[in-house]
Amino acid sequence: MVNLGGARMIEIGTAIPERIFTINRATLKAYADASGDQNPIHQNEEFALSVGLPNVIAHGMLTMALAGKYVTDWAGGSAKMKYFGARFIKPVIVPADTDVDLTVTATVAALDEKLITLDLTATSAGIKVLGMAKAVVSR
Amino acid sequence: MLNPDSVGRTFEGAGSVSVTQAEIDAFATVIGEVDTSVAPPTFSIRISLEQSQLILSDPTIGLDWTRVVHGDQKFEIFAPIKAGDTFTCSSTIESYRVAAGNEIVTVRSDLKAGSTIALSSWSTLVVRA
Repeated sequence: MVNLGGARMIEIGTAIPERIFTINRATLKAYADASGDQNPIHQNEEFALSVGLPNVIAHGMLTMALAGKYVTDWAGGSAKMKYFGARFIKPVIVPADTDVDLTVTATVAALDEKLITLDLTATSAGIKVLGMAKAVVSR
Repeated sequence: MLNPDSVGRTFEGAGSVSVTQAEIDAFATVIGEVDTSVAPPTFSIRISLEQSQLILSDPTIGLDWTRVVHGDQKFEIFAPIKAGDTFTCSSTIESYRVAAGNEIVTVRSDLKAGSTIALSSWSTLVVRA
């Protein structure tokens, strides 16, 4: 068990409290502009349906950015992130005029004096959207 | 289909890219980050994916970007990105395979400030059959 300062004691297996982010079409437009990824599958329903998708889907990198925010809030800021990886296994589906959830949890998978490794889960509408999601943060 | 000769090759991005505070602020706002003294960890995708897209769209490489979906993404961050940083970006096609008709390409991008690597990222892109 390691004291991170204050009362926060962590060890391998410690669960980090769940957090729920909200994603809607306005989020996708803002992320498209901020990231430069203007692929129409993230904004145009007609186009998304025409390429066989169930509806407009969120950028995989938006879900990863939000999961990253979850990690860095816990770790103490953006500068703490040393490694971050994930697989995009299912899309986050974003119908018009609807708020959908991105629910993120994590557990401590490894730790030493300098680094903490977190295994992350991320779901939307109960479906796992990120696979093999892992973050390494400095202490 | 990707030109097999391009696997293992490294392509230098065109010129250098400077990061502005406005770009960091816009990215941070989307995810609710209020501390913009450094960029959020995945901000660099804004630079690396654009560079990869330029390189892979070259007719001599042969990747059909219109059918690409993002398979996975990894970042190794050596120094957080800040406003005013200037980077060059090189991209290497690290691996290529075909599975069930889909082409699976892994591109590594290195953001360098001078000769120092600030960040390496790996994007696995799937070109749907």
